[in-house]
Parts: sequence; structure tokens; C-alpha cells
Amino acid sequence: MSRAAIVTRPIDPAQLMAEVQSPQFGAISVFAGTVRDTNDGRSVSAIDYSAYTSMAESELAAILAEAEDLFGVNAMVVEHRVGALALGDVSIAIVAAHAHRAPALDSTRFVIEEIKKRVPIWKREHYGDGAVEWVDPTQSTGVATS
Amino acid sequence: MSTVTVQLFASYAESFGGPTLEIPLDPGSTVGDLVLSIRALPGAYALPESPRIAVNRRFASFDQVVDPGDEVALIPPVAGG
Repeated sequence: MSRAAIVTRPIDPAQLMAEVQSPQFGAISVFAGTVRDTNDGRSVSAIDYSAYTSMAESELAAILAEAEDLFGVNAMVVEHRVGALALGDVSIAIVAAHAHRAPALDSTRFVIEEIKKRVPIWKREHYGDGAVEWVDPTQSTGVATS
Repeated sequence: MSTVTVQLFASYAESFGGPTLEIPLDPGSTVGDLVLSIRALPGAYALPESPRIAVNRRFASFDQVVDPGDEVALIPPVAGG
């Protein structure tokens, strides 16, 4: 069972863990991305996320299918939130369950890296000086990024 | 001549001044032809050298043929996560 969704409500990683939990699994890997207070050396106060929702959900599902092929993990859930998020809010959560830790960890890492390359989601950052700008990772200066 | 609707998002919707563009389409036109037409419009300054286009919710190569009924979108640099 795997599931991918773009959501407008807060994300609860514990709820996602509960979705994949099963006695057959000895490992659940959880990744949560949260809104950080700096980017490229600038102070950030909030982020607006938006998406091409129908394509984003189909790309997310394709990434989960690829993760299953690569790592044999077939119990994954990913949710990405859109809308106005405050500092510390969870923007994305990925959970992956497997009998053993390596496939669970590897698939989680694979999914977040693929999302950053190809899922049509965008963010507009609000800065401490009042400026508001769309984030273009292809133009990043590489300062203080994650 | 028919047209195709191109969906715009995020920074591209701002630079082109709206959520969609109506682009004339000759029979057999490709994604590359579509990009050339879009480049002639005000707002195209925001486009990188090789903008990403999605056709029917999948990233498309520049030689893919576009039909008037296709769901076409111009995809700004993604920033999810």
C-alpha cells in the first residue's frame, strides 16, 4: 500500500506512520521537511506553497513506484502541503516501512531527492525585510541551503 | 488554425500576467514550436534557455507533437520539499 497526496491541511507525521505500521515491518523511516527561518543567507518569516496539483500527485505516485522497483519498499506515504505555512510547519512528510532499515532509509532519501527535481510544486518566501519572492533553486547562491 | 491552452503557475503566471495563454497551433506543431511562440510574448523574459513543458501531466521533449486537446503546462523551476 502506497499513497501520495497534495494537501491543504496540517501534516501529522505520526498519522502517516500509523498508516504503514504492520507487524511484518521492523523499520519505519520518517522524513519531515519544515519551514526554516533562513534561506540563502536571508531571514525568512513564512512560505506560501503552490502546486500543479494533478500533475504533482501523478509524479509523486510515479516516484513511489520507482522506489518500490529500486528498494522493494511497497509501504510508503508522502504528503506535501500547499498554502500559507508558518515557521516550523511541516511542508512535507515521507514515511517508508520495510522489514529492514536500509531499504526504508534509502527509499525515503530517494523520494525526497526526486521530489526536489521533478514534482511541480513552488514556494514563495516572505523575508524579514518585507520582500516576497518565488524561490528558484536553479539560481541559488548555495548559502545555508539544505 | 486551432489553439492550445497553456497553463501557467507561480512566477510564470506573474510574468505573463495570468493563469493561461492561448497559443496558435498548426497541425503537427511540436513542444519546441510552442516554446518559440511563447518566447514572442511579453513576459517571456522570465523563461530559462530550455523551459520545461508538461503535456498531459508528463514532462515532454521538444520534439513531441502537441494536439489542440492536450493539457499543456509551462513548468517553472520546481521548489518542493
